[in-house]
Parts: sequence; C-alpha cells; structure tokens
Amino acid sequence: MEKSMERKIRRSYSDKIFDVVNLLVMIVLLFVFVWPLWFVVIASVSDPHEVWRGNVVMFPQGFTLNSYKELVKYTSIWTGYANTIFYTVVGTLVNLIMTVCAAYPLSRKDFVPRRFFLWMFMFTMYFGGGLIPSYLVVSSLGLIDTRWAMIIPGAISVYNILITRTYFMNSIPSELQEAATLDGANSLQYLLKIVLPLSKPIIAVIGLYYAVGHWNDFYTALIYVYDKNLMPLQSFLRDMLMSTKLSLSNLTGMDAETVARKMELAQTLKYSAIIVSTVPVLCIYPFIQKYFVKGVMIVSVKG
Amino acid sequence: MDQIRIKQKNGSLLQRLHSNLFQRLLKDMRKNWILYAMILPVVVWFLIFCYKPMYGVLMAFKDYKVKLGIMGSPWVGLKHFQRFFHAYNFKLLLRNTLWLSVYNLLVGFPIPIVFALMLNYLKNKYLKKTVQMVSYAPYFISTVVICGMISIFMAPDTGIFNTMRAWFGAESVDFLSKPNWFDDIYVWTGIWQGMGWSSIIYISSLAGVDYELHEAAIVDGATKIQRMIHVDLPSIKPTIVMLLILQMGSLMSVGFEKVFLLQNNLNKSAASVISTYTYEVGLINSDYGYSTAVGLFNSVINVLLLVTANQIVKKFADESLF
Repeated sequence: MEKSMERKIRRSYSDKIFDVVNLLVMIVLLFVFVWPLWFVVIASVSDPHEVWRGNVVMFPQGFTLNSYKELVKYTSIWTGYANTIFYTVVGTLVNLIMTVCAAYPLSRKDFVPRRFFLWMFMFTMYFGGGLIPSYLVVSSLGLIDTRWAMIIPGAISVYNILITRTYFMNSIPSELQEAATLDGANSLQYLLKIVLPLSKPIIAVIGLYYAVGHWNDFYTALIYVYDKNLMPLQSFLRDMLMSTKLSLSNLTGMDAETVARKMELAQTLKYSAIIVSTVPVLCIYPFIQKYFVKGVMIVSVKG
Repeated sequence: MDQIRIKQKNGSLLQRLHSNLFQRLLKDMRKNWILYAMILPVVVWFLIFCYKPMYGVLMAFKDYKVKLGIMGSPWVGLKHFQRFFHAYNFKLLLRNTLWLSVYNLLVGFPIPIVFALMLNYLKNKYLKKTVQMVSYAPYFISTVVICGMISIFMAPDTGIFNTMRAWFGAESVDFLSKPNWFDDIYVWTGIWQGMGWSSIIYISSLAGVDYELHEAAIVDGATKIQRMIHVDLPSIKPTIVMLLILQMGSLMSVGFEKVFLLQNNLNKSAASVISTYTYEVGLINSDYGYSTAVGLFNSVINVLLLVTANQIVKKFADESLF
C-alpha cells in the first residue's frame, strides 16, 4: 500500500515537471510559428527606415501604407495575379473532372481492368521520364508558352486519385448502386445524382489541394512558360524577392539620401508583396483547414 | 508423347484463359461502356505525359538530335553516364544530394513524431487547437515566398538572425552566401514549414490508441513519459514504418524548387543537387541526352532505395508498402 502511494507521488511529481516543460515547449513553438509571419505583416505597414534599422520586432513602427501604394504601381505583379487566378480556377476545374473520371471507375468492383489501370497509374508515382523527356513531349504538342502548359501537364495527381477512390469505396454504400440500377439509372446518372452529392467533403479537400498547388506553382512556369504576359504570380514574386540588385538606371542623378530611401522602400515592397500574394491562401485557410486535415486522415485510414 | 500432350493441353488452357479474359473484357465494355469512356481521357493523359517521357528516357543512351528524333538518333551506349561519372562535380552533386536528404530525414522524420506525442499530452485543449492550427499554416505558403522570407531573415546586418547575433556582440554573417550554412538553412526551414503538417497523420493515429492500455499503464504507476514510450509509440508504429519507407524512397529526390531558389554564385558548392544540375545542363545548355542520363541515374537509385527500404522493413518489422 505504502509502496504504491510512494510510486504515485513520484509519478505525479515527474508528470508535473513534464506538463510544465511540455507547456513551455509548446508556447515557444507557437511563437516560432507565428513570429515570422507576424513580422512580415508588421514590416509591411512600418516606416521602411525603421525596418531597415531593425527597430521593428513586435509592433509596427511609424505606421504607413506606402509600400502597398507603391506595389499598386507594379503592373507586372497584377498581370501575374490575374494569370494565377485564371490558372487556379481553370486548372482546378480540369483537375477535378479528370480525378473523378479516374477515381470513379477504379472504385467500381465490377470494372474488369480496374487492377491494371491502378497499377498503370501508381507506377508513375515511383518512376518517371524526368525533366527533358517531359519537356520534349510538352514541346512537341506545341504547349510551350501557352496558358495550357500551366494546366494540362499537371492535370492529374495520382495521390489525389487514390484518396478519392478510397472515399468512393468506403463512404458510399454499394447498396445505393444496386437500388439506382433497379430504378434504371446508368453509371453516369448514378455518379452525378448520387455519388458526387454524397462526396462533397472529398471533392472540397482535393479541390483545395489542387487549388493551393496551382496558386503556389512556380516550377511549371519556370520550365514551360517564358512569355511575361502569361507568367503566374510566383514567377514575378521570385524576381522581386530573390533579387538583391536594384535597377540602377533609375537611381542615377539622385543624392545618397534619396537612394537610401529608395532601397529601403524596395525592401518593404517585398513584405507587402508577400502579404498580397499569400493572403488569399491564408485567409481561407482557417475555414478549410479541417477539410485539409480530413484529407490526410482518409489517406492514413487507407494505410 | 505424354509430355507433348500435357504441353498441348496447357497451351490450350492458356489460350482458353486468354480468350476468356478477352471475352470478359468485351462483355464488360458493352455493359460498362460509360466507365470506359470516363477513364479513356485519363489513360490517354497518362500515356502522353507519363509513359511517353518514359520512352523518351532512351535519349540517355543516344546522341539526341532534334531533327532525327528519338528513334533516329544514333546510339551511344553509356557515354553520357560515363561523362557524368567523370564530371568534375559528380562527387559534389552526389554528396550534396545525399547529405541534404539524409540530414533532412534524420532531423525531419523524428521531429513531427515527438511534436505529435507532446501535443497529445497537452492539457489545455484550447492551446492544443491553436498550436495545431498555427503549425499547419506554413505548409500552404509557396516555396518562392518561403525562400523570400529566408533571404529577408538571413540578410546580413538587417535580418533577425544577425540582429540577434548583434545582441550578443557577434559580428554579422551573410548566411546565404556561405556554403557551410546551406544545409542547416535548407533543413531547418523545411522543418519549420512541414513539421505541423507531417504531424497530422501521427496525431490522428494517436487519437486511435486504445485508452484501456493507458489506464492499465497508469494503474501500474507509469509516468507520462513512460506511457509515451511504452504505449503510444508501439501503437503508432505501423504508421511510422509506412512513412519511413516512403521517405526512404525519396531519399535522392531533394526538392528542386527550394535549392534552386536559394542557390547563388557564392553558395553553389553546397547548393547544387542532381535535380538542379539536370535543369542546368538540360534546359539552360540544351544538352538533352546528357541531362536525361543524369536524371535517369537519379530515379533509378530512387527506385532501388525504395525497394531496398521496403525489403528491409518487411524482414524486420513485418510491414510493407507492397
């Protein structure tokens, strides 16, 4: 009796330390996750000079919206913005149609070549032709430097087909199909009228996966698109964020003070550009994050 | 005589099987033609955008000329591979590619597990939800923006890391132009971006751990840390093993985008990997055959690693992907 009491006390002591340490670690982590994002926000609305001097740490200093006003004048960013919206909307639509067209037949147990196609699709997850062979295929189709280059080569993700198929197989009772067949519905009617309405959660999840993918896509444009008028937001962002050189032609004939101000403003322009490009994703994020999580869970259940 | 008869019998059996399958397919096509019509564009897409490039891999063994096409170009055997193996930067590329992946795996694999375990024992439910939600957010930020943020925070003099160094009287370092900092930057920013997201799968499988096991452990006087090690970890072992195999398979596929974006003339000795090299020699120098050979070398090693990891795990842990 006494021994178990002693053990209990020792345990509660150890657990208390654990709880405190755990709490501290989590609070530190919270800070580590939030601060960089917070810093970009406050730096974008601070006086460029204060940011330059390193005075902006926790709160904005010398509140100003100048960097946003300056950003509005950057027409190339807005061209990119419009292009990205186009690629995201059309691309996601194409993605969803193709994914459902692949996942639904694969989910039907009476579809004879089901296994064969599944292997055919999954094999591409592990092996591919690589950069140049893919480039040559896209180029031979005449897609280079067209809007379709941003949409068609990435029209399907095998991973999303697998998630969707699993959902169709596990979450929609097969009795429904028998009933629909008895009522004289064909596969397409059954899919459109019964399966899809019941699959809204998974359609939302993979739709969001695809949409975020398009929004953040930089690689496709790097490889396939060279026309400035067709480039997505991320390409312009890259030029803006990763280049340290300023266009010096604009700076000639200015005194040192003005040049310094210009450089500081160029720096804060980066912050506002990050905010403007990331806000659409981060704004809808709190509302949809439970769906994203659901998506990961479906895969993990599948194992 | 008997043997021949058996052979004939077998042959006809095989033929029967074949025609059976064929007939079954035909019958199914008539019955399920809608399904075939649906999957047709998808199959065509896979043939064009995945299998045609695989055929294009033959370029790795040819002296590819655009005019002659893949079939018409002359064979050169392993010339491109030999050139790569003897290239002055072969060792460097291989070492960087492997090191970035191994480093990433060693640190990046256990951290989400530990994070999920600790989060699971957090008493304050509200804080738990907040930490979880906030930790997923960086995953949705584009690589371009992440790299932009890295270059801002790592900037000499003005970046936060150098501001912090200044507090302790250390001098400013231009992190991004120093090759010896590149691997740390690459791996730890990757962890910042991905650890929350990678932990979801563990958090969800921890939620499925039988609570009776915990109760039994509590009765036996186990502390929380002991419960973590002896109850939680064994329960989520299958998930861990599965993800480990997957990660092993992509050991050689260091993400192109991030290395490419963080690369500059000064840190290039650490910041060039096989995928950035294929891009450079392929698309910039238009050395198609050679670039394809380098890419093929990379993906073959990847497949070998995946199969080996799967085999090893199958033997020791009774889990496997396929």
